[in-house]
Amino acid sequence: MNGMPLIPAGVNRCSKRRFAFWMAAVTAVLVWGVYAMFLIWYKGLNQTRMNDAYGFALWIWADLSVIALGGGAFFSGFLTYIVGKDKLANIINFAVIIGFICYSSALLILTIDIGQPLRGWFIFWHANVHSMLTEVAFCLSCYFAVLTIEFIPLILENPRLAKKPFLNHLTHNMHGVMPIFAATGVFLSFFHQGSLGGVAGVLYGRPFAYREHVFIWPWTFFLFTWSAAACGPCFTILGIWLTEKITRKKLVKQDVIRLLAKISGWMIITYIIAKTADTLYWAFVTAPSRGFTLMDFYSSPTYNIGLLFIEIVLCGFVPGLILITRKGRENAFLLMSAVILAVMGVSLNRWVMVLQVMAVPLFSFDDWFTYMPSWQEVATTILPVAYGLIVISLAYRYLPVFPQEQELNPID
Amino acid sequence: MKEKHDYERARRYGMVIDLDKCTGCGACMVGCYMENNVPFKPDETNKLDSINWIRVYKLNNGKPYPETEICYLPMPCMQCDGVDLHGHSPCVSVCPAVATDYDDDTGIVSQIYTRCFGCRYCMAACPYHARKFNWWDPVWPADMKKALSPDVSPRMRGVVEKCSFCFHRYQLARNKAYFENRQNEPLGEDDYQTACAQACPTGTITFGDLNNKAHAVHQLKTSPNAFRLLERLGTNPKVYYLTAKNWVRRQGDNYLTDEEPGKLKQKR
Repeated sequence: MNGMPLIPAGVNRCSKRRFAFWMAAVTAVLVWGVYAMFLIWYKGLNQTRMNDAYGFALWIWADLSVIALGGGAFFSGFLTYIVGKDKLANIINFAVIIGFICYSSALLILTIDIGQPLRGWFIFWHANVHSMLTEVAFCLSCYFAVLTIEFIPLILENPRLAKKPFLNHLTHNMHGVMPIFAATGVFLSFFHQGSLGGVAGVLYGRPFAYREHVFIWPWTFFLFTWSAAACGPCFTILGIWLTEKITRKKLVKQDVIRLLAKISGWMIITYIIAKTADTLYWAFVTAPSRGFTLMDFYSSPTYNIGLLFIEIVLCGFVPGLILITRKGRENAFLLMSAVILAVMGVSLNRWVMVLQVMAVPLFSFDDWFTYMPSWQEVATTILPVAYGLIVISLAYRYLPVFPQEQELNPID
Repeated sequence: MKEKHDYERARRYGMVIDLDKCTGCGACMVGCYMENNVPFKPDETNKLDSINWIRVYKLNNGKPYPETEICYLPMPCMQCDGVDLHGHSPCVSVCPAVATDYDDDTGIVSQIYTRCFGCRYCMAACPYHARKFNWWDPVWPADMKKALSPDVSPRMRGVVEKCSFCFHRYQLARNKAYFENRQNEPLGEDDYQTACAQACPTGTITFGDLNNKAHAVHQLKTSPNAFRLLERLGTNPKVYYLTAKNWVRRQGDNYLTDEEPGKLKQKR
């Protein structure tokens, strides 16, 4: 058994020495993050630069962003197993890995972010069913379990593990029931992505975030779900592109990428039209009814009206329009520019819906609230990136992540 | 079967703060610190991570000398009744672990420290910044520990706290009324008073049951000079302010350029 190769057959991997060097570099970053994490757990949240005005800050943004970017997993699963876009089976493994990393990171960040980590289970035990966070916590945990189940068959496809008959049969059977888990994942994602929109949207004491009538339910909930489904696949494409650059190999055929990009493009366009409608109603009806003009929310040098332009036009309409046109998708530069803009756009949206909500002054005798994260906050936010790189590196080296790799990179 | 609550008959404890009387002395804050075991830091320069259950803000009319006018505005927790007065105050409905609750008998919004796990969602929801987080473990210098009130539990690091309208005093008043066989009568105005109201040397703060005609606040809140902070958000605070100065009133909420305070239709 020990003599069996660990690396999948028919593919080339870098030398052990080079791999070890890369892993050591990434692990060093991980250790830095872990040190900061233990510092926070031991000394408390005074290690951050959050304050009573900025109770939600970098971590909550990171949480919302990774959950949105990890949305590629549920949407790719939906397209592959439910809609029947068989071509996307060539990226589904990678999408699941990205989703697994994103969701496990989100859960880790949440445990760092709470003031009493040992009481984290109260959210399940003493659940307030009216709270958006309760729904997010339940769905997030359940969906992480689903992602783990989706990841397991891929792990079991490692050549050494696959030789064991029980594991081989288990993998085979798990693949058979995967559409059920894909559907469960879509169902759960629909709830928690939407509820994450509700986290800020229901705050009627915060007119920058608050949405009323149809614009809270179902609008805001759909906006968050839709944007995750639209931009999550772009993050998957970006991840594949980066992996290809690092490994210097073509791993996925271009027609697969273009199909995902096309679907993503149409999702982005429809999302951004709906987002524009939401913004207009909020700016011209909701905010004025509470005594605010649109420009009251954008009167700070940091939070100026340019942000709204960047979010809606530059990182919304522009990538959407590029991705729905054939020429845009076929031009590698335009394609990747659109993908990066879309990823930036959804991250910016989450930033605005967390940090700008806290920054806007509500009294004329208050000033804009400012916040600059401490190194501990930065390190613990980079920690999931290092962790993600380690998981992707291990998965790429030892698991058949990309089904088209052999065909695209034949070994003589 | 759950009984439908009669919101009109229930007690709704609230405050009326006369801003034209406030001198900004801060006695209310000191009284509150002592009464409620509110912790403090060796250096309180940064007010953004200070814990205070009532904070006195300094407002000015923005005009140069000699037309400059100053107003001091004490701001405790507003004990919001929430939209449609149903007790869904901004913070209560968002807390994922029911660590903060609206008491239907008094209208007071509680904070359960041993239930709070420090997610700070309530702080994000509160437009008044009434909620404070314990960023550090509370430390009282030397003998000050001996002066802590036995009626109020000190809070630990990592949880949120806020003004409770000295709820422990309400409980003590109820106990006293029970032993005096007055349990079926409403509490008198003097039976239950907050520490800040009693500490104020100018009588700026009046406290009582807003629904009880025998209490001064019942009448005071109907004054044409009465207003509430950020009323337009629909939070329905139970803390009212009085002022004859229009510029103060204007700073208490947000208005478009063509709107005038006091002339907008408000839900009370």
